[in-house]
Amino acid sequence: MSEHSKIIEIEVLRYNPETDKVPSPQVFEVPFTDDMSVLQGIQYIKDHLDGSLSFRWSCRMAICGSCGMMINGVPHLSCETFLRDYYPARVRVEALNHFPIERDLVINMEGFIKKLESIQPYIIPKEPRTLAQGEYLQTPEELNRYEQFSSCINCMLCYAACPQFGLNPEFIGPAATALLHRYNVDTRDGAKEERMELVHSEEGVFHCTAVGYCSEVCPKHVDPANAVNQNKTNSAMDYFLRFISPKGGAK
Amino acid sequence: MNKRRPYVRPMDGWWRKNPYFVEYMIHESTALFVAAYAAVLLFGLLRLSQGEAAWNAWLNTLGSSWFILFHLAALLAISYHTYTWFKIMPRTMPPVVIGGERLPAWAITGTGLAAAAAACLGLLAIVWGMAR
Repeated sequence: MSEHSKIIEIEVLRYNPETDKVPSPQVFEVPFTDDMSVLQGIQYIKDHLDGSLSFRWSCRMAICGSCGMMINGVPHLSCETFLRDYYPARVRVEALNHFPIERDLVINMEGFIKKLESIQPYIIPKEPRTLAQGEYLQTPEELNRYEQFSSCINCMLCYAACPQFGLNPEFIGPAATALLHRYNVDTRDGAKEERMELVHSEEGVFHCTAVGYCSEVCPKHVDPANAVNQNKTNSAMDYFLRFISPKGGAK
Repeated sequence: MNKRRPYVRPMDGWWRKNPYFVEYMIHESTALFVAAYAAVLLFGLLRLSQGEAAWNAWLNTLGSSWFILFHLAALLAISYHTYTWFKIMPRTMPPVVIGGERLPAWAITGTGLAAAAAACLGLLAIVWGMAR
């Protein structure tokens, strides 16, 4: 940050749970250069204008998934969104939509973490395997089936883009379903049936009305809407196939 | 004392806050035109079952300028419905792999739109042939 020739207005939705009843906007005038991200603008505010501003960030290179915010009403990673693209207009920054605001730009992600745990996001082998049996082998085609869905960085932009999640916070939602799908289609995994119980459930995929905005905003091109909608088909298949081949114990 | 007091923002008017959601509501609402047009056709079928006079009366009603206006509006709405239906289709189906390559989204949308256009033209041709 050598020279600051331009000044941009950044409007931040502030919320202090100890003093505020409702969040309210506060405008800061931030000097910026063309290479500055919105995150750097927010960091400037914290370092020079108001040290009480709270927000999450870590890697600054769109891989940790911490710095998601609503920027002019659109969910973005603030580290890969640039102030120059908004100048000379004011930039509006707000905590991710559809999540409770803990403080300023920090959301409460407990619900999401619970969902993530519930889908068992790890490979559960079909049968125990000894070291002597060696590694699992997969063809490139088998890898292709899940690779895209494994790119999720848990940034929750898709939840901020999903009105159905906003209306029903119990909905398992885009990212958790994408990861669920990622493990279900992995040839090394054997826990599909357990995870399908979640897909079929009240909180499962049928809350989705195919708005598709989750996939639009995904910074990693995971296309979570595709995972959700493929699993509507899978769920319907399971429902009808049980008449032909009863599995026993099906709920 | 726990000082946490997470604030939940209201969802009132959510669909007006983002142009993407406004478009979503518009394309979802075009389904009402599909339903209305189906109702008109079904009513025609009912009138057909009631005999020639009833059928002709129904045909006569369809000729009124209000019904022609409705049909024009329905044509526009259902065309847009078809377009958005196939536009979202790549997001709703399993990947199609042809010769080791995944079929791109535009190809799926394009195939759907082409199939819809072919079906419309085919239907028009059949009706045209019957009317001659």
